[in-house]
Amino acid sequence: MAFDSFSAFIAMDGHGPYVWACYAVFFVLLAVMMIGSAMAKKSVVESCRRGYEFQAEKSKVATSKPSASFARVNVSQD
Amino acid sequence: MWQIFHKLGSPKWFFGISTRFMPWLLVGGVLLLLAGAIWGLAFAPKDYLQGNSYRIIFIHVPAAFLAQSIYIMMASAAIVTLVWRMKLADMFVKAVAPVGLVLTFLALFTGAVWGKPTWGTWWIWDARLTSMLILLFLYGGVIALDRAITDDKSAARAVAVLVLVGVVNIPIIKYSVEWWNTLHQPATFKLTEKPSMPAEMWVPLLLSVLGLYLVFGWLACIRMQTEILSREQRTRWVKELVMKGKS
Amino acid sequence: MNAEAYPTAGLASSSVSALAAMKGVFARDMKVAFRQKQDLLNPLLFFIMVVTLFPLGVSPEVSFLSEAGAGILWVAALLSVLLSLDHLFRHDFDDGTLEQLVLQPQPLFLLILAKTLAHWMLTGLPLVLLTPILGVMVHLDGNSIAVLCLTLLIGTPILSLIGAIGAALTLGLRSAGVLLSLLIIPLYIPVLIFGTGTVAAATEGAPVGAYLALMGAFLMLALTLAPFAAAAALRISLSNG
Repeated sequence: MAFDSFSAFIAMDGHGPYVWACYAVFFVLLAVMMIGSAMAKKSVVESCRRGYEFQAEKSKVATSKPSASFARVNVSQD
Repeated sequence: MWQIFHKLGSPKWFFGISTRFMPWLLVGGVLLLLAGAIWGLAFAPKDYLQGNSYRIIFIHVPAAFLAQSIYIMMASAAIVTLVWRMKLADMFVKAVAPVGLVLTFLALFTGAVWGKPTWGTWWIWDARLTSMLILLFLYGGVIALDRAITDDKSAARAVAVLVLVGVVNIPIIKYSVEWWNTLHQPATFKLTEKPSMPAEMWVPLLLSVLGLYLVFGWLACIRMQTEILSREQRTRWVKELVMKGKS
Repeated sequence: MNAEAYPTAGLASSSVSALAAMKGVFARDMKVAFRQKQDLLNPLLFFIMVVTLFPLGVSPEVSFLSEAGAGILWVAALLSVLLSLDHLFRHDFDDGTLEQLVLQPQPLFLLILAKTLAHWMLTGLPLVLLTPILGVMVHLDGNSIAVLCLTLLIGTPILSLIGAIGAALTLGLRSAGVLLSLLIIPLYIPVLIFGTGTVAAATEGAPVGAYLALMGAFLMLALTLAPFAAAAALRISLSNG
């Protein structure tokens, strides 16, 4: 340990604010970037899944229709 | 040989292999970074010239180091994009540019805060600071161009051209800024000549540099994965992957 | 968009030499520019106005102006070249001429070199010609003005050449103007540093031969590399549309 006491460690001979501000900004920004990237991935996965489920449901509805009926059928073009 | 090359370029293969490596990168990187920081903050001896303010070096140098090498990595990926049209390479450039921007900003910020107690001022037009600032602009330009072009493929290629033009310029910028600095401004302030660092100082520095590299690796992987998922959502393997994760 | 991949369909086109094609492009650009005189005048007016702002905004003192004058003129010249870059490919892009240019059998980078040369003749050269007048207005001495003109004469072609890359990259994008300056200004910094540094050295009475040679080296580097990059960028931008 390069310091005699904890308060000396915080104060750092008067350079404390500079050193601690640097470390705080560095780690906060790094953490924000890491968490942000992880969340971005999660949300992309989520939106993909919703897309797939929506497609699956649509095809299920389409196949469950009776093969011949007089009801109006909405044929989707895609 | 070409087979390996194509395999390397396949997003599916990359997704699998990176998923396996990522936990290690994350854990190792965070541990090394924290170890370097704590060692540097609490246990490394005080610098006899700058006192305790020098402890900023343990995050400043890794950030500056990464900021520069990320641009070099982007330039290498840009060559791959232009020559072999490899999808992964342009995803890498796109995923990594914002990380480079943030790290360049961090290097500048920590440098400025370090400058206040050491040089007595937040900012001087020192050659290194100025060329870092220009690097920040270069990153900004890359990101802006990528955002402005809607088509993924042509965005990637345009960005690759820009990155390469930038990398040709970087040595010229560095050289000219140094030349300008010696011409315009007598060196009133200068980083004190580095005394040959004792091991208690450079070992934690090495640890934090390595740690930040690993964290960067993790960031690059996860951001590339995000990019892969959103670009390849129509492929079957992405569908299987996403639906498997749910059950 | 790869011009070489297509067979040369025209009978005459394949027999036109690259040099003749460059001459044709150059002559055409000059002619078009002189038909639209306002576009020619705008960068010059901008140049004069920016220079005027400094004595008004900072200080009209002779001591300040004679010290900062070279820098002011260089920055103003840089900005007005930047302003004019948007026109380099824009009109040709809008009316489809650019597509024809890309499809020519002659190498695209040579044609772009010709276009850039025309751009410099229409913006850079007039700026250099205006510089002595403005130099007198900001109280530069005769020797400094001469060196300033010389540095601008070497420097403005570099600005046009690097700018061509940016103009090609941002072609057809929304907010292309702002984006263009964002991309290009960092690349202009070395030119600015050496341009003003040379004048500063001349004001102090130091020999400037070495500085000018260095700027000449930059010009050569830009001449050899920039057209290739601009050609690649142009192909990408056109395939984008």
